[in-house]
Amino acid sequence: MSITDIPAVELQALDELWFQVSGTLCNLQCTHCFISCSPHNDSFGYLSLDEVQRRLDESVAFGVKEYYFTGGEPFLNKELIPMLKASLAYGPATVLTNATVLKPEWLSELRAAEEGTVYSLEFRVSIDGPTAEINDPIRGERTFERAMQGVRLLVEHGFLPIITMTRTWEEADDPEILSRFRDVLHQLGYSRPRLKILPRLKIGAEAQRTHGYDAEDVVTPEMLTDYDVGQLICAHSRVITDRGVCVCPILLDSPAAQLGKTLAESTSPFPLFHGACYTCYQYGAICTNPSSHLVEQQRAADSENRIE
Amino acid sequence: MHLAVFGGIYNNYLALQAAIDDAHRAGADALYCLGDMGAFGPYPDRVFAPLRDHSVICIQGNYDNSIGNDLQDCQCGYTDPRDNYFAKLSYDYTYANTSAANRRWLRDLPSEHRVEVDGLRILMCHGSPRQTNEFLWESTTSTQFLDKLANDYEADLILATHTGIHWQRELTGGRQFVNVGVLGRPENDGRTVVWYAQIRTGGDAVAGGIDIQFVPLEYDHLRLAEEMRDERLPEEFVATIETGWWTTCLEVLPSKERRRGRF
Repeated sequence: MSITDIPAVELQALDELWFQVSGTLCNLQCTHCFISCSPHNDSFGYLSLDEVQRRLDESVAFGVKEYYFTGGEPFLNKELIPMLKASLAYGPATVLTNATVLKPEWLSELRAAEEGTVYSLEFRVSIDGPTAEINDPIRGERTFERAMQGVRLLVEHGFLPIITMTRTWEEADDPEILSRFRDVLHQLGYSRPRLKILPRLKIGAEAQRTHGYDAEDVVTPEMLTDYDVGQLICAHSRVITDRGVCVCPILLDSPAAQLGKTLAESTSPFPLFHGACYTCYQYGAICTNPSSHLVEQQRAADSENRIE
Repeated sequence: MHLAVFGGIYNNYLALQAAIDDAHRAGADALYCLGDMGAFGPYPDRVFAPLRDHSVICIQGNYDNSIGNDLQDCQCGYTDPRDNYFAKLSYDYTYANTSAANRRWLRDLPSEHRVEVDGLRILMCHGSPRQTNEFLWESTTSTQFLDKLANDYEADLILATHTGIHWQRELTGGRQFVNVGVLGRPENDGRTVVWYAQIRTGGDAVAGGIDIQFVPLEYDHLRLAEEMRDERLPEEFVATIETGWWTTCLEVLPSKERRRGRF
């Protein structure tokens, strides 16, 4: 496929602004991490509170609906608490964490901040399965136990964390995994667990753990015919990193995904050149919360009708 | 001008009749419904006569689009398998019990309605002006986002429903966004009332701007529950009508809204 055959996706609206607050720095080193985060990977660094504040101001003119905070492990950034508090003055915020470094005093402060606004503060906790046997080989020794302690802490502070799992099992096993995880969370005292399964992105560390994308894992212009492009994060999001604005949180390591220094410079259509774009295409809405999924209204002419 | 605006009816014809009576008693000049006539409740065909007899101006919700166009599902945007299981039960029931003539009527409804009253541009939609089935929850919708919608769609007052919980936000320049709530089921707060909005503008408004009044509406919910049982609708749905707590479709709730409920 030549470069001219790669379909480009327009930024329909900047609904979600992401902050790569801890860059690629993480206390864990998961073997499936699509941006190879680790305690030593500083290819992307921390954002400062000033930078986040400046970007929040910049985002208003774009009508940003929600803010997401990710890394690495966001809670390694010592300014995360004031960042989240600042963002709640602008809109709803979601933080993606491994929940292994949470401190009760932080959560008390954040809970009070959330109570003081109309907006939700969501926690998405990465745990890669309902048992240590499934999770720990990927995320590291004792990480299941530590993350579950983090979940308990969040629940004790009145939060309702969304547990996200990267699927390292057969897709057909999803219902059983979800059911087992619900049971485990109930036993922990989390009475209304929220769960989300994510597909594996075969880049970064995951490409080493298993394998990367094949040459045929590409999105062609034909594949976008009658496809709801709103399922792709690049149609409604951008990411702030310490190097500027990137198209999505998945393609950080790809130079072509770095779009500009300001949001205004970073609104151009993005070509779906990467194998990871194919995963995003296949599964859709992999980065947003369930409350924010936007599913295109079917057109009667295109849809499968009932047989009367 | 005094408008009464109803959200999703979800087959709750008893609440619809009560709302129409209440709006007339309050002196409303015009009645509107923002779509989703079907789902959840019993006897889908019973909502159409009151809507027509009282000249309620209706727009099309995602449910109406689906039923009207003979689609396979309600396009409700649920992600959880349990939510989709219950959504399918009620969709199949509603589809099977909506007459062909009423399905055609739903198919032909417009997806938005604009009126200009007392110098205010009012835009009525189902979910959001840009997408019929977009959930605009109070806790996950920033003010600058709503301001942008009001700019892009050239409206001073945007009225929507779809989420099932009423709320309002003041925007720049005195503009407003209002989610009018729904007549179909209570608001997940342990009360059995359902909600709609009365909107007064011009000389009917206290300060000459836009007055929004959310109305908690009592209706014969015990009769509705009984009729739902007669129709063998899921006991989970009946419990919501009887208790005011949502038991299904919880996955799409943001944390703040979810926390206020029991489940």
